[in-house]
Amino acid sequence: MKILVTVKEVAEAEDDFEIDGLDIDERYLEYDLNEWDDYAVEEAVTIAEDGDDVEVVSVTIGPERAEETVRMALAKGVDRAIRVWDDDLESADMLDVGTKADILAAVVEEEDPDLVFSGVQANDDGFGATGVALAEVVDMEWGAVVNDLDLDAEGGVAHVHRELEGGVEELTDIELPAVLTIQTGINEPRYASLRGIRQAQRKPLDVQGLGDLGLDASVLESAVSRTAMFEPESESDVTVFEGGAEEEAGQLADLLRDKGVVEG
Amino acid sequence: MTDVLAVTEHRRGSLRDVSFEIVTAGRKLADAQGGDLHLAVIGGDVESFADELNVEGVDTIHTVADGEEFNHDVYTQVVEQLYADVAPTTLLLPNSVNGLDYAPAVAERLDVPIVTDAVGFDHDGTLEVTREMYASKVATTVEVDADEAVVTIRPSEFAKAEGEGSADVQSFDADVDESAVRSTVTGFEEVGGGDVDISEADVLVSVGRGIEEEENIELVEALAETLGATLSSSRPIVDAGWLPKNRQVGQSGKVVTPKVYLAIGISGAVQHVAGMKGSETIVAINTDPNAPINDLADYAIHDDLFDVVPALIEEFGGESPL
Repeated sequence: MKILVTVKEVAEAEDDFEIDGLDIDERYLEYDLNEWDDYAVEEAVTIAEDGDDVEVVSVTIGPERAEETVRMALAKGVDRAIRVWDDDLESADMLDVGTKADILAAVVEEEDPDLVFSGVQANDDGFGATGVALAEVVDMEWGAVVNDLDLDAEGGVAHVHRELEGGVEELTDIELPAVLTIQTGINEPRYASLRGIRQAQRKPLDVQGLGDLGLDASVLESAVSRTAMFEPESESDVTVFEGGAEEEAGQLADLLRDKGVVEG
Repeated sequence: MTDVLAVTEHRRGSLRDVSFEIVTAGRKLADAQGGDLHLAVIGGDVESFADELNVEGVDTIHTVADGEEFNHDVYTQVVEQLYADVAPTTLLLPNSVNGLDYAPAVAERLDVPIVTDAVGFDHDGTLEVTREMYASKVATTVEVDADEAVVTIRPSEFAKAEGEGSADVQSFDADVDESAVRSTVTGFEEVGGGDVDISEADVLVSVGRGIEEEENIELVEALAETLGATLSSSRPIVDAGWLPKNRQVGQSGKVVTPKVYLAIGISGAVQHVAGMKGSETIVAINTDPNAPINDLADYAIHDDLFDVVPALIEEFGGESPL
């Protein structure tokens, strides 16, 4: 069995930041493996450890900088990785959902996995749409926001829980092959061991351009573009307590007593 | 061709709030485009759902009597066919868990661009969607340079439409290919039960990622105990297994409306806010003055929780464990 895990290196903004044009100024961004993808990697690696002959391959669309993130996935137990990038991608403004799905679909066709895991959404742009769009492009079945997975590979079905709103989970049987978007909390992602980190350096990491995947720059054409970024206007009329922890705790205590909170 | 088609959502026999919010959003967009608002309700008791949905602003309601509960394979097929019939400019879908389980597939199938999680939009010849990025720290304008678009709207962002409507209710016969239905919903499960019901509490001490380590949880436990309050948390604390699911406030956890909500080390992600914005008084203790929780809080302390919380425990005669 083969599991393909899509991973993304995401940017996180520091507490204080400045906007430069259409994005946050690079100086205020830190890069990390997308939180949801960490759970997707863990889920795949766990299945590989518990089963016989399961290969886990990760794919990312991203620049050379993203290799650090990809190596982290390899260190956690992914067998090999693919990074899609070239000059055309480098000069593209924004990859919309359709573009990402088309690029990942080319990788799915090449790899022919039984299962694809992606995170529910990315921490940075939060579109939450790539996994399901990908399933449609490659004609696989899918399930979004999965927080429990019981895989019956022989029966060709994934018994999943989908985390709905309000403390309700939907129990669904999904035919394989399928794309599952993985929700945080489905497992407890491991930390990479030193041994894993050393091994990761020797694991294959292939860089493929659009041409290698049988695509060309036309896949990057998009009707969707970001035209502005701004700090949302605060509707806040918050009263801020100041003067150091002791003083602030005192003011808060007065407020709480005023609201009827007393010593328990 | 300037109409808007919006799809509603129901679960276990009830329409969800977002079904009425999408009417408000859809009406606004239809007015901007100079078209009609079509509403679709798929599966379940569509007749009675249509009665309920016949509120001010809706021009036509399409009822599609396929299935009981949501199934993305059915919804994808039905919406694709209804889209061809209505021929709208914009397809509006909820950015709910189920919305995200079919909207991207529909967009792909229709070969129409998709923008998700809209919090606002404008249409002045070109569709402009407002959406947030970087965990709500910034907002962006996204332009869709196409004749048609699929847009999903963030739940709880638009007001619920009310008032008596005069929509034309039409039944739509969809041709669902059962062989393309490759997933089956077998049931539902309530999670987060147990001995504590945080939605009943008057005072909640709620803890988030800012607590950093599992062993620090005892600090907020001590505060809750000292104040006679109930302990709750944001999602990451439950994901990490530091507190049980029944303590989780937010979209996938409980909706709470206590008299006092003390948010400690919680940034205020939109999914969390959805669960606590109805609280009477909100106090935030968070080092980041730009954290979204500050937009909602009535009172805030922008200082280290590890200094403030022990001092607060002592103010109330308790003893800080840290």
